[in-house]
Amino acid sequence: MSSILIVEQILNGLQFGVMLFLMAAGLTLIFGVMGLINLAHGSLYMVGAFAAAAVAGATGSFFLGLVAALASAALAGAIIEIVVIRRLYDAPHLDQVLATFALILIFSEGTRWFFGSFPLFLNIPQALSGPVTLPGGIEYPLYRLSLIVIGVAIAGGLWLFIERTRIGIQIRAGENDREMIAVLGVDISKLYTLVFALGAALAGLAGALVGAIQSVQVGMGEPVLILAFVVIVIGGIGSIRGAFIGALLVGLTDTLGGVFLPEFLGLFMEPGAAQKSGSAIASMGIYILMGLVLIWRPTGLFGARA
Amino acid sequence: MRVTERYINGVVLTGLLVLPIWALAMDEPFTITLATRAVVLALAAVGLNLALGLGGMVSLGHAAFFGLGGYTMGILAYHAQTYSTLNLGLFSTDGTTSMPLIWLSAMVISALVAFFIGMLSLRTTGVYFIMITLAFGQMFFYFAISWAQYGGEDGLSIYVRNGFPGLNTLVPIQFFGICFTLLCIVLFLFARLQASPFGLALNATRQTRSRVQAVGLNPTRIRLLAFVLSGAITGLAGALFADLNRFVSPTMFSWQLSGELIVLIVIGGVGRLMGPVIGACVFVALEHFLGALTDYWHVYLGVVLLCIVLFGRGGLIGLLTGKEGAHV
Amino acid sequence: MSKPILATDALSKQFGALTATHDVSIDLNPGEIHAIIGPNGAGKSTLIKQICGEIHPDSGRVLLDDRDVSALPPHVRARAGLGRTFQISDLCMEDTVLENAILGCLAIEGASWRFWGAAQKSKTLRSRAEGALDRVGLANFRDTQCSSLSHGQRRQLEVAVALTLSPRAFVMDEPMAGLGAEGSRNLTALLDGLRVEAPILLVEHDMDAVFALADRISVMVYGAVIATGSADDIRQSADVREAYLGEEV
Repeated sequence: MSSILIVEQILNGLQFGVMLFLMAAGLTLIFGVMGLINLAHGSLYMVGAFAAAAVAGATGSFFLGLVAALASAALAGAIIEIVVIRRLYDAPHLDQVLATFALILIFSEGTRWFFGSFPLFLNIPQALSGPVTLPGGIEYPLYRLSLIVIGVAIAGGLWLFIERTRIGIQIRAGENDREMIAVLGVDISKLYTLVFALGAALAGLAGALVGAIQSVQVGMGEPVLILAFVVIVIGGIGSIRGAFIGALLVGLTDTLGGVFLPEFLGLFMEPGAAQKSGSAIASMGIYILMGLVLIWRPTGLFGARA
Repeated sequence: MRVTERYINGVVLTGLLVLPIWALAMDEPFTITLATRAVVLALAAVGLNLALGLGGMVSLGHAAFFGLGGYTMGILAYHAQTYSTLNLGLFSTDGTTSMPLIWLSAMVISALVAFFIGMLSLRTTGVYFIMITLAFGQMFFYFAISWAQYGGEDGLSIYVRNGFPGLNTLVPIQFFGICFTLLCIVLFLFARLQASPFGLALNATRQTRSRVQAVGLNPTRIRLLAFVLSGAITGLAGALFADLNRFVSPTMFSWQLSGELIVLIVIGGVGRLMGPVIGACVFVALEHFLGALTDYWHVYLGVVLLCIVLFGRGGLIGLLTGKEGAHV
Repeated sequence: MSKPILATDALSKQFGALTATHDVSIDLNPGEIHAIIGPNGAGKSTLIKQICGEIHPDSGRVLLDDRDVSALPPHVRARAGLGRTFQISDLCMEDTVLENAILGCLAIEGASWRFWGAAQKSKTLRSRAEGALDRVGLANFRDTQCSSLSHGQRRQLEVAVALTLSPRAFVMDEPMAGLGAEGSRNLTALLDGLRVEAPILLVEHDMDAVFALADRISVMVYGAVIATGSADDIRQSADVREAYLGEEV
């Protein structure tokens, strides 16, 4: 096995991981600040992807597509927060699950109604297409490399935002004591709408960015949503740092497991069988990782200890 | 007019029995199939209701057990019909096409998996529990897709329905009879369990964990056992569902199915004996009639569901009896 | 002197910079009511939680009948004989009064793994539960849903559920909390009669009740016990007057 393949797969895993982070960051913020489980986060990912594909298709500009993805997902997020989610903050978890499940049905079927059942395609912008040669002579797609850079940059920006800005301080305070910051004159409901829209925008951005390397279709959001849940269980609810580490772990485990497990099993079994059982077991890799973390630390790597 | 729950229960079960008999007289086999579908979904949801309604465990991964039941049937029948041997390391089998054996295997396998999932997920509570069960459900989904030997993404067709001693299961009304009888047995057991000391303790773990501990009971063990029983029942329903369609595919493991099972329960009434049965009937009826009107009937289902959550608690039984349901 | 039924040995617990309990050693002898008083935040509830196993101490031990139970989870301690009541009524609000009492009987009757036969129809469970309800004066409310009980009745039911366990020792966290004068008097009379069944470790703010009931009183301030003695000793202790009643004297 060549070292080039290994580096390439590690980069693929990182790219997958940072995109998962964009999803998980919003989810974990919403959990942490509002105590809400939002199944419809995957729909916001889909909204972003569709908006980007539609606008980029109409204008020919990938950049405008990204702007549209951010704006439409944030707007959709703000609307559902105001209309539905707001009524669920103090509701039992079952109600939150049901209402956000209902939102998935409405978003998915609504999108199918509007755009039809066929997938849309979003092209990689000209400037970012083609491979780039990395030190060591490894050729890697420039677009995927850009995704890693963008993801890491957003993670850094988000960290600065939460740690250093006034709104970030309010958000952190809100995680600890809702009543207190209300007493201090912070408009809680505006803050919540803002946090929700921010999380939605990140999901929408992820949808658009990933949409250029996969097809844009109804139902694309939920598998990513579930992976983001795995990320959060591993990282710990409410922790941005946990979401980042968890996302990279999941991204790398999934990508590397899928490639190397069949090869590894090939050392002991005949190639055909190794390929089959290897990919079957690799599909369970991240869930096994999650199980191990749960045994070791039920509240996640960076979650508050019970 | 307010009616008692017992009365509603009687009417629903009788209606569910009379409808296919009427359809038989009218020679409309498709209606019998629809009724069978409702009965099997109801059985799956009764299983979930044990965990969700009595134990307060919001499992978003019950499709795992439904799918396991389905694949147990699929794999056993596949080997029996192709005269091949299933080698499991420690022991091997030539498969079977006998329903009772398939049911037993489906329940045992689902229960075992529920035990492991429960061991891990019950270390946590609240949103963690929801996310973890959802994730494990998805794990089986991907596993089934990548397991090429049994059809992978395309699923596995079983051309002849499995047999039950003394009956011709290919006759729709006879297969309905089997499913309906099983549903009635499980409902009876559910009612007994609900009233039993174990049911009382389980119900208490949903309401206050600290109180249960303070009276000397281990809430996690009580919940784990309920989760295992719940998984076994849903697994049984999965085996029947596979026999109904004579086909299993990874969609039996899908998270949508897990969500829909919860929806069934909520439509009927959480924690109520017949809640899942009423929910399943309403769901299958909506699916059939709305689905005929528009391809996008899930939009309406979503809106109805939102209204139930935001405005009406207790489901249909709650609406009719004027009593709120269990709080989860 | 007889051996104590329940004892703590140098229990200490820190929450960050806050000392919740510091080196607390108290005991509870057969037949007595031992009251623990102290200002808010003195660590009384944290002490109870450590005794019952809901919080793990940083150091120190809890002894029940001379057996070290420090490592055991709450439900095992309950089974070993700790009958606990909560400061804020912790009952199954959707269930009836009788069902709540039956819940208390399940562990001791070994019935929690019975899946057949209605709990309400079991003679053994029912007679034990009804006995406890009789004792606290809730016999006529057995079929009332717990959520429709008055606050005072819920406090009584808390005691009844603890009674169903037939505990070796009661551990009561402010049983009088929120009760009016009459409710307090009734509950005081009830607790007075309970000590013959099992001794009571009583955390309480209602000083009338404490001085009427307690054989011994311990005073906690800033997580430490500063004095233990009879009601008269405590009234006269200079330390207590200074620390506890400081600003009023």
